[in-house]
Order: sequence, then structure tokens, then C-alpha cells
Amino acid sequence: MDMNQYLEIFIEESQEHLQGLNQSLLGLETNPKDMKILNEIFRVAHTLKGMAGTMGYNGVMNLTHQMENVLDAIRNGKVEVNTSIVDILFECLDYLENSVNVIANTGQEGNGNADALIASLNGILLKKPQDETKVSEALESSSIDTLKLNQYDENIVRKAVQQGMSAYKARVMLADGCMLKSARAFIVFQTVERYGEIFKSVPKVEDIEDEKFGNEFTIAIITKEPEALIKKELESISEIVEVKFEKIEVTAETEVSTVNDKQISDNKKAAAPVTDDKDNSDDSQGKKARMGKTVRVDIDRLDNLMNLVSELIIIKTRLEGVGADSKNQDMTEAVEYLERITTSLHDAVMKVRMVPIERVFNRFPRMVRDLSKDLSKDITLNMSGEETELDRTVIDEIGDPLIHLIRNAIDHGIEEKEERIRNNKSANGTVNLRAYQDGNSVVIEVEDDGKGIDVEKVKKKAIERGIISQKDANELDEKNAVELLFKPGFSTADKISDLSGRGVGLDVVKTKIESLNGIVEVENTKGKGSKFIIRLPLTLAIIQALLVTLGDEKYAIPLNVIRDINTIDASTIRNVHGQDVVLNRNSVLPIVRLGRMLDVDNVKSDESEELTAVVVKKGDKNAAFIVDNLIGQQEIVIKTLGKFLSGIKYIAGATILGDGQVALIVDTNSLI
Amino acid sequence: METAAYTKQFVIFRLENEEYGIDILRVKEIKEMMRITRVPKAAQFVCGVINLRGEVIPVINLRKKFNLSESEINSNTRIIIVSVDDITVGLIVDTSSEVLDISSEAIEDAPDGIGSVDQGYIYGIGKVGERIIILLDIVKIITNSAV
Repeated sequence: MDMNQYLEIFIEESQEHLQGLNQSLLGLETNPKDMKILNEIFRVAHTLKGMAGTMGYNGVMNLTHQMENVLDAIRNGKVEVNTSIVDILFECLDYLENSVNVIANTGQEGNGNADALIASLNGILLKKPQDETKVSEALESSSIDTLKLNQYDENIVRKAVQQGMSAYKARVMLADGCMLKSARAFIVFQTVERYGEIFKSVPKVEDIEDEKFGNEFTIAIITKEPEALIKKELESISEIVEVKFEKIEVTAETEVSTVNDKQISDNKKAAAPVTDDKDNSDDSQGKKARMGKTVRVDIDRLDNLMNLVSELIIIKTRLEGVGADSKNQDMTEAVEYLERITTSLHDAVMKVRMVPIERVFNRFPRMVRDLSKDLSKDITLNMSGEETELDRTVIDEIGDPLIHLIRNAIDHGIEEKEERIRNNKSANGTVNLRAYQDGNSVVIEVEDDGKGIDVEKVKKKAIERGIISQKDANELDEKNAVELLFKPGFSTADKISDLSGRGVGLDVVKTKIESLNGIVEVENTKGKGSKFIIRLPLTLAIIQALLVTLGDEKYAIPLNVIRDINTIDASTIRNVHGQDVVLNRNSVLPIVRLGRMLDVDNVKSDESEELTAVVVKKGDKNAAFIVDNLIGQQEIVIKTLGKFLSGIKYIAGATILGDGQVALIVDTNSLI
Repeated sequence: METAAYTKQFVIFRLENEEYGIDILRVKEIKEMMRITRVPKAAQFVCGVINLRGEVIPVINLRKKFNLSESEINSNTRIIIVSVDDITVGLIVDTSSEVLDISSEAIEDAPDGIGSVDQGYIYGIGKVGERIIILLDIVKIITNSAV
């Protein structure tokens, strides 16, 4: 069978499961007795094992298998959850993530070795010797009664009965001299799983797989089918001599009577709020219902759809022009109708591409946990607005910059414990990660309650690194000094740690955000903390823009960066330090002669007395861009200039106008 | 080259007095001259970008790339659209009208100093009857030109 067609599904689903596993493990750490979380982890490990097994990725399968053993032991109360177990499980998660990534990149399982992890998982199990004895007991005894149900199993049975299923114990006897016992057992398992579910077996599944059993084994089944049918099916398997069925009855009394053991009562305590809160089976059903309504679509197909919508918008714009010229009432109406449809269509396609930012945020709790352990700082991460949606392409890109900012906040921002206490702060540092929509943009804030940015230190460092001169430094106000952080080759960490301070830092963040048409700002209060604010456009593909002419050429300026449009009298322009400026609303506005910057021939505005100025903002800075003429506002579709021209200065992209001509989009950020 | 002879097809075009060839598998289409939007700050041999059915494609002036004198754009001028991996570019040439089969036996290694074209850009010299055709290594030309 060709597995390639399943590879993508395998990767996607594994990543999803691992993400879930990550969250569950974090949950388990804070709430080690929560059965629901434990079951969830178990389920994920089991699913992964199954998927990896089908795809033939044995490394992943072996590891998840061993994880299952440990989780099962925890679930049965044989092992108690502690930090070292959670740490090992996290390591397993890392290994699995890594394996899945390797598979995603190469299609092959890497050569990574999980033996050490498997050994440490085994170690957990071996710490409880009674576990071993139980297995051997099970090996020796042969009665159907060997299969004892614990609290957890009984719960399963009870749920099953509620859903109209029945539970049975089935004792399967193999022929004497059966050669491949585990293979037969496997067939039995497979057959049963066609009709129902096996939730327990004696000996344990893994022992059966390893042929560590005599001539028989017992399984516990829940099924909707009559027992006779399954019995018949099983007995038709060759080398199976006999199958004995026994119905499992669980009553309310057994529940009470089994509460004789401390561990079980603990389990009950943990289980109680869960049932109050939300019934487990209800939950999974709810999940299923939701899943039934979604379709997994390759992002390329969505891009293609988006391109087609873009084409439609271009042609619509062209029709608008034709409609206006023809002065035909019918035509105008039709074009208006078309306009409404294309706008809705555009919105609909955009929505399909929107992904909640949760996808990116998900990985941060784990990261913060690890970092705070490494640095021995107590740090709480508060997240809000995970449901805020962003274009898929932005989501894919925003992860790294955020990791950077959070690491910075934890490493540089939040002080050592002792220092915090000295400064009358709580020993526990806080990092707030917020996302929310603000008009046509999405804002993401990373805020810490640490020591804030030491402006003097920043200046000193910048002078040392030769980024600015002493004289310039003295003139810098606080706001601009903080901006120095974003200069390439800047790093203020006193000691170079593993996390940050390698000199590649905020400038990379800034470049990335700007390549997404976003901006980064910093709010800083010395001693109280700092806040990095990222502002991103909702969509990258279609924007409102102002079209202008320069000489014979047309350019587009994105509307969201334009503050206002003015006319400037050429005589009011002053030259300060070699820079043309003009006084506007009581502030000094630098002048950018766009025609000259873009080497345009025949720029008319150079000679005229009345200049048209488009005032453009970048963060809290403004500049007046001088253009020849304004054409008007238009919805434009952003096209990239392609790889060949990707590094081009001052140009953010291109768009195709209604007449088929290409107009370039001005990258205002790089011009201010 | 001890392997058996095989035949490759080349799109033939002219620049000044020389004939050049590009492996036909790299050529997507040949367009008549169309409106080009200048791209500021691009390399001098990049004329600008064109709209090829909704896609924005950069256009290279091969005369400038090969340091030849500039020529008038006339009705014979063509843009050959070629693609290398995920980069698609247009090449402006004086004229282009035919496709030739050239046997691998008729292709020789490039001698030193053929005209003004950098030797690294030449894949070989093809001989078809009396004609001598400079076969270009388009992959190198494009990857070396990218910004």
C-alpha cells in the first residue's frame, strides 16, 4: 500500500495530538490527580501509537507504547505522579515532536534514539515492584476471575451500559502447541475490535504481544453486539479452541463497596468534580460533532481560491471604470451588485483563511515553564484573547518573534527572585500575553512586570557597539533610546545565557514584523516593567490603498499608514540639518520627496509651488511624502514581486490595476 | 561525452548579430513586447515587471545583462518567459522565431572569450549547418541575477 497519501494526514494529526498532549501534561503537572487529564494523555499516546504503527514508524510506536504502560500504571494507582515523571513525559513529548518533524521533512523516521527515554519510563514502573508480581500472578492463574476490574474499569462499564452496550469478560483458549500465540491473540483483538472495544486484558496487552502468557488469556469487552456473534467469530479463528463469555455486571453497590483503598478514594475525589463539571462521554461526543463539520484543506488550494477572488476584484474595479464611463443605468446597477458580491466573497474567503492565534499561543505555557525552571525564576504566564483570529500566513510567521519577546521578557525583564523581594515586588514574576482586534488590525502585547528597560544602559551599550555617538546619545529622549534595542547587533544581557543575548535579537523581531506589514512599539516604565506591542494587519492579501502619480508612473500607498493629506506651500519648507522639514500642526514634519527617492524621471512636484503631501505614520513618527497627483482610493490586491526581486528597497509589493498595468506599492516604513 | 547522442530542442533568439539558444523545457511562452513597470533600485539589467495574466513577473534586458549596446524596441522585440525552480522571469530579446533540434554531438564546450557573454553563462556552442548558436545556461543567469 502506498503510505505517502496518508503521510500528510499522519503529520497533521500527530502535530495536533502532540499539541493536545502538551496542554494535558501542563494540566497534569498542576493537577496530578485529575483522572480526566490522565485519560486524555493516555488516549493521545494510544492514538499516536496506533497511527505510528500503521505508518511503520517503530521508534514513535515503541516510545508511545512505553508511555502508555506508565500512564496505565498511574491510572491504576500503582505509580503516583510526581515532577520527575512529568519531566520524563515532557521529554517524551519533545522526542515525539522532533520525530514528527523529521518525518515531515524527510518522510522517514530519523535515527533519534528513544532508548534512554524508554529506559527512564521503565524505571518509573520498576520502582513499584508489586507491579511485577501482579503480572506474574496473572501469568500463573488461569481462572476467568483473574480479570479484576478497578474503579476506572467499572466506570467504563457503567458508561457503556448507559449507552446501551454490554460488557463481557471473554476467556480465550488457544490450541496446545500453537506456534504464534501472539499473532493469534492479535487476530482475536482485531476481530473483537470490529464489534466493540477491549478495555482490559489479563495478562496485559504488552505481555500478550511479547508472548508472555500460557495457552489462554482473558479480555474485557464493551460492545453493542450480542455475545454469541462475537463468540462465533472468535471461535472461527484457527488454533482458537474455545472462548468463554461472562457478562460483567456493575451496580451502584459495587461502586461503594470497592471504596476500601486510599488510592481509589483519591481517584474518586478527583473524578467527582469532573462529572459535575461536564460528563466525559458528552465531551467526546461534542468533539466528534464538531469534527464532522470541518474539512481539512491544503493551504495551497486556499491560496488559489484567494488568487481567483483577487482576479475577480481586479476585473470588478475595471468594470466600475467602464460602468462610470458608459453612464448606463443598468450597467451601473449590475456593477454595484457585483461589488457587493465580490466584497462578501472576499470576506468569506478571508474568514476561511483565518486561524485563531491560539495555535501560536499554545506552545508558550510549556516554554515559560521550562524557562522559569532553567532560570529558577517563578513566572506566571497569563494569556488572553487566544481566540483572536489572524490570517493563516501571519500565524505561521508570528511564532518566532513572539518566542523572542517572551524569552526576552523572562530572561532580561524579570529580575532574580532576591532582587524582586528587595524591591518590594512579589517573588513571582508575571508575563502577560494579550491578543485583541483593534479595527483593521490585530494587536499582540507581551508585557512583563520586571525591571523595565534601563535607558542609560541601552545608550551606553549602543555607544560601545558604535551604533550611535556619545553626542547623539545625549540628545536622545527615552522613547528613541529604547528604539536602539531594535538596531542590528544590539544585546544588553550582561551574561550571555542560553536563551538570549547572542546579539541576534530584537532587530530580527522588528524585521519580521515589518515584513508582515506590522509595527512593533515599546512602552517602558523603569522598575515596573516593559510592554512590547505588535500591531499586525488582519489580512495581507487585499488592502485599501491610495493611488498616486509620480512623473508618468503610478504608485500605491497603503491607506492604513496614511494619517492625512495636505497641500504644502513650497516656500514654507525649511532645511534643518540637511533635512527638509515643514511645520504642521505644531510639529516638525520631515519631507520625503518620493519621486527622488524612487528615481522617477520628470517629477512635476519638484518645480511646483503647491505640493501635495501624503502624511504617513510609522509608529509615532510621521513624514510628509510629496507626490505629483492623487488618483484616488482603491481596493488593491497585493502581489509579491517574487523571489527574484525579493530584496528590493522601498517597495513592498505590486498590484495590478484595472487596466492591467502593474503599479508598485510603496514601503513607507523603509522611507521614514 | 561517451554516452549515446541525443537531441535537445532549443528556442533560438537573436541579440545583435549573434544567435542564442535556451533549452525549450525552461521556456514557458514567448510574448510580444508589453507594458513594463519600472522597479526603482533594481539592478540596471532589470527592466521592471509585467503583468502576465495576473502574475507579476520581473523582466530582464539580456542586452544589458550581457553588456551589449542598447537597441530600439520594435515590433520584432520579444519577451521570452522562462522559469527556473520557483522563479519566473521574462527575457527581452531582439527577436525570436524558431525552435531547433540540436544533437548533443553538435554541441561543443564554450571556448574562451565568446563575444561579451560571461563564459559561466554559456552551456555550450551548438552547430547547425553553417550557423553557430550560443547555448545559454539559463539557470546560472537567473540565479546569479536574483537580488
